[in-house]
Amino acid sequence: MTRVALPELGEGIKSAIVSYWYFKEGDKVTEKDDLVELATDKATFNLPSPCSGTLVEIFYREGDTVNIGEALANIEES
Amino acid sequence: MRFAISDLGLIDFGKAWYIQREAHREVRDNSSLNRLFFCRHYPVITLGRLARQDNILITEEQLKEKGISCYRIERAGDVTYHGPGQLTAYPVFNLNYFKKDIRWFLRQLEEVVIRLLSDFKIIAARKPGLTGVWVGEDKITSIGITVKNWVTYHGISTVVKKADLDNFGLIRPCGMDIGITSLETVLAKDIAMEEVKEKLAVKFRQVFN
Repeated sequence: MTRVALPELGEGIKSAIVSYWYFKEGDKVTEKDDLVELATDKATFNLPSPCSGTLVEIFYREGDTVNIGEALANIEES
Repeated sequence: MRFAISDLGLIDFGKAWYIQREAHREVRDNSSLNRLFFCRHYPVITLGRLARQDNILITEEQLKEKGISCYRIERAGDVTYHGPGQLTAYPVFNLNYFKKDIRWFLRQLEEVVIRLLSDFKIIAARKPGLTGVWVGEDKITSIGITVKNWVTYHGISTVVKKADLDNFGLIRPCGMDIGITSLETVLAKDIAMEEVKEKLAVKFRQVFN
């Protein structure tokens, strides 16, 4: 299982808001596909999928705030 | 870092959006390339990813009657208006070769505009927590970007002409009750768009080289 965590986005940024999921739970994802988009300040940031597999669990929904380092989702590698 | 500047002139928002996405792919896949687009738009209202539709204060039909198009896009921020009296700049920059720091990039964009306005003897400033460039209590430059694979697109828009201010009354800019101003308003005289564009190019090179 691969844990997808919110990476460092820059100095002083402690959290971001989930603004868009490109996939839903159960969907197949491919490495480097846009997985989730986050918003902070006046920027949206796209997080690509770190591996190919099935998106088994999403921990934060659109509109939720997530802290840097926290898990956004789990992907079961294929 | 080097970047090539292209002037798209007066262009439909949708076309410029497409051009940026194409450029984004090129810049992402070519480490030696960054692009900066200057343009002006036909009247358009754009809604950022988390924008509230009710921050547009008139109906879709009324927008049509006024010839204003409307797009929901992937940049951050709420609702904004663009018209031909604004100078819009879209940096498609690979932050892997500048600095992988979103706030740093936003502050650099503000710095470009603060220096630009300083050339016109306008004292402009940042407001803590409110990305953009302000003259007194009024916003003169709006900023909203997207970062994909650490390559940016969308960008900044500075109101040059006073005539563009009227249509801001149709929205709650950035979802807030704020005033918007223009170079022409602050200086109480008309300013040629070409002059602003030339100076903006110089400032981008100063700040990002």
